[in-house]
Amino acid sequence: MLDGNAIAGTLEHIFGNDMTRATATCAGCDATGPLAETAVYLRAPGVVVRCRHCEAVLAVVVERRSRYCVDFRGVSALRTSPSP
Amino acid sequence: MNWQLGTVVELREETERVTSIVLRLPEWAGHRAGQHVDVRLTAEDGYQAQRSYSIASAPDDDDLVLTVERIEDGEVSSYLVGELRAGDELELRGPIGGYFVWEGALGGPLVLLAGGSGIAPLRAMLRHHRATGSTVPVRLLYSARAERELIFRDELARAGDGGTVDVRFTLTREQPPDWSGYGRRIDRELIADVAWPPDERPLVYVCGPTGFVEAAADALVSLGHDPGRIRTERFGPTGS
Repeated sequence: MLDGNAIAGTLEHIFGNDMTRATATCAGCDATGPLAETAVYLRAPGVVVRCRHCEAVLAVVVERRSRYCVDFRGVSALRTSPSP
Repeated sequence: MNWQLGTVVELREETERVTSIVLRLPEWAGHRAGQHVDVRLTAEDGYQAQRSYSIASAPDDDDLVLTVERIEDGEVSSYLVGELRAGDELELRGPIGGYFVWEGALGGPLVLLAGGSGIAPLRAMLRHHRATGSTVPVRLLYSARAERELIFRDELARAGDGGTVDVRFTLTREQPPDWSGYGRRIDRELIADVAWPPDERPLVYVCGPTGFVEAAADALVSLGHDPGRIRTERFGPTGS
């Protein structure tokens, strides 16, 4: 298990901005924190992002032939931070 | 953020398993201390493998340095540490990540906790701190298994001036007879000894293998440190 920093490049590629500083709220337990601090499993298969508090699945990222499918099923709110 | 090619200008053998790759990148736009890059290798048959590596050089340094530990059966690290040669080209994208970053405006006091090759981004922060003449007090604790596995040991020891920058080492498995540093794994007592107390609200950066980071972060929180002032970065084999 790693953390959100490990998928920073992939997320920036998809969203066009750094997402490690964005805060996500878990739809399961309402815990809120930076994406950098989530629990990340790189070979799940696909990438699985879990809440560090209740372990619920926050997001799944799957890549196939350079196309990305991003499912933020377990995130009730995602807030980006302004660039420093 | 596009993939770009860098040229390896030098390889520095840091320890038996760790090499620093010094790169020159014509299209590099600069980075902030603590950021990383994604490195991509492409085989002749088109197969690609990609991994993230922290930048060990400061933004103020001339060249970009990646400090890579060879992991057993690591398909990327075993190429980077062992097969890569000066003059070779390497494909990477970055700089990546805006969370695990320190710069002067964030202030301090600063506590840096490193496990193994997790020293790389913290070394970048320490070099940036020095290059900018920062007066933010810093305390660095660097944990390794044995003395021969300490990366940047001399440089870090020199950086510790006993005043603004305090550098300490702990060896968890083997300590030489004349060892004057700590000799145990990171825990509450060790952190309480090294870090400022929670009421001074230090800004804490923890980088290392997952087990190290979890132990350090749990200990920090149990001591009363504000989780919002603790930034962590875990690395390790990409599986499990």
